[in-house]
Amino acid sequence: MGGGRDDLADDLSEFEHVRRKHIGRYVSAALIVALASWVTMAFAHGRIEWAFVGQYVAVRTIIMGLGNTVLMTALAMLIGIAIGVTVAIMRLSSNPVVNLAAAGYVWFFRGTPVLLQLLLWFNLALVFPHLGIPGLVEVPTVEVMTPFLAALLGLGINQGAYTSEVVRAGLLSVDQGQYEAAKAIGMPRLLALRRIILPQAMRVIVPPIGNEVIGMVKLTSLASVIQFPEMVYSAENIYYANNRVIELLIVAGIWYVVVVTVLSILQGRIERYFARGAGASGAMSRAGASR
Amino acid sequence: MMQIVKSVGVRKSFGAFEALRGIDLEIDCGEVLCIVGPSGSGKSTFLRCINQLEAIDAGALWVNGELVGYRRSGRKLFELSEREIARQRLATGMVFQRFNLFPHKTALENVIEGPVQVLRTERRQAEAIATELLARVGLAHKRGAYPIELSGGQQQRVAIARALAMKPALMLFDEPTSALDPELVGDVLSVMRDLARTGMTMIVVTHELGFAREVANRVLFMDHGLVVEAGSPEQVLGRPTQARTRDFISAVLS
Repeated sequence: MGGGRDDLADDLSEFEHVRRKHIGRYVSAALIVALASWVTMAFAHGRIEWAFVGQYVAVRTIIMGLGNTVLMTALAMLIGIAIGVTVAIMRLSSNPVVNLAAAGYVWFFRGTPVLLQLLLWFNLALVFPHLGIPGLVEVPTVEVMTPFLAALLGLGINQGAYTSEVVRAGLLSVDQGQYEAAKAIGMPRLLALRRIILPQAMRVIVPPIGNEVIGMVKLTSLASVIQFPEMVYSAENIYYANNRVIELLIVAGIWYVVVVTVLSILQGRIERYFARGAGASGAMSRAGASR
Repeated sequence: MMQIVKSVGVRKSFGAFEALRGIDLEIDCGEVLCIVGPSGSGKSTFLRCINQLEAIDAGALWVNGELVGYRRSGRKLFELSEREIARQRLATGMVFQRFNLFPHKTALENVIEGPVQVLRTERRQAEAIATELLARVGLAHKRGAYPIELSGGQQQRVAIARALAMKPALMLFDEPTSALDPELVGDVLSVMRDLARTGMTMIVVTHELGFAREVANRVLFMDHGLVVEAGSPEQVLGRPTQARTRDFISAVLS
């Protein structure tokens, strides 16, 4: 538009460069700050006694609840991953029986709410009054099926169904040539999976698994309905006694955020490890360091 | 034992497509056989049948003195278990068109993986052998590099070292230079030439007619799942008797 032909002849090398103004950024920042301060004000002036939050944030019951939440997350995910890897490998098997059994498991446990599954495990005694080998060892189911065990089985077995789909996607993401190269050096199927295929699939598997671990931290709160003393159950127990409902829910919320923050940081580190050799920056630095 | 491969009436179909329509062939120990032919002629499929990446539909195949994929008992042939097939594969080393190095392992780790995990060689010993093999393919200085940090030609040479580390009786090359930039082909071919000089038995599926002429003891021309012509390189590539061979050679050279 302006300038015209004579512009081409001008020497512009000494001119000052003026950056474009990002008006939108300032406006959106202002809006977010306003919204955040409004919410903060609401909580500050609401009927919340912050002193109680501070007082209860580290009491024994809450810390025990935190411990149980973390423990249950870890154990349920371990079961979930173990089942998930097994079922994913079963689903890619050429044996139709194995294949169908795996598909059926995923269908059933994804098809029902995990809350319902928790209640079923907890009330297993209604279906199987006794567990064990008839005539040899038998124990009443009610005694075995503690809240801990019911929560562990319910959460872990349900998680396995989801994890198996994540692992299956990971296995399928590995190039067919890798299976062939592993076979060509004489590896049987399971060795090839363990040494060659799974480590490469991890790059695809780890981010969604990290997501699921974080989901599990909060999913464990459902176990409060079967009296497993995790974080929410512990907070409830206190507020049933002293009526400080919001304060104790905030206490629980703070701890969930702390745990999830730590896990998010760990997730990033693990992702970098499994990205080696895949062209990510991690690979280069590792290779550079080794030689 | 003189023969390393014996193929009698080997057939293989993929759905309705007949990739191999009866291959009869004998290959001696120490021979370097180059298989040439248009794409879809079945040459790669035949190579993959030899190390059982594909199972044959009919006929019989012996490699290194063993019937491939089956155990003979009375008048019946029983399919082998997966573990037995994995053991039979140890007789052959395979080099792929697309290298297929393990991307999460360094060059050295790629080469020692088979010896350590499959042959149960002690790690230190495997590393010594691998270092020697990498030196032989001219890549001693790249032992710590990941495949992504290597050129195509370097990757293929690591892949050759990886196959050799298993001490195979027979090396199979499936178009080893077809995925390479032209300036990198020479390095890979020269490694293969050196290998042929050591007396290694090799079957090479290739479009490099110059290499075939220089290194092969025998050249095989395949088309539509059949061996059309076989003989010395001078005869098959220089004075082909079949019209299809002549057409193919003039098409490749033009």
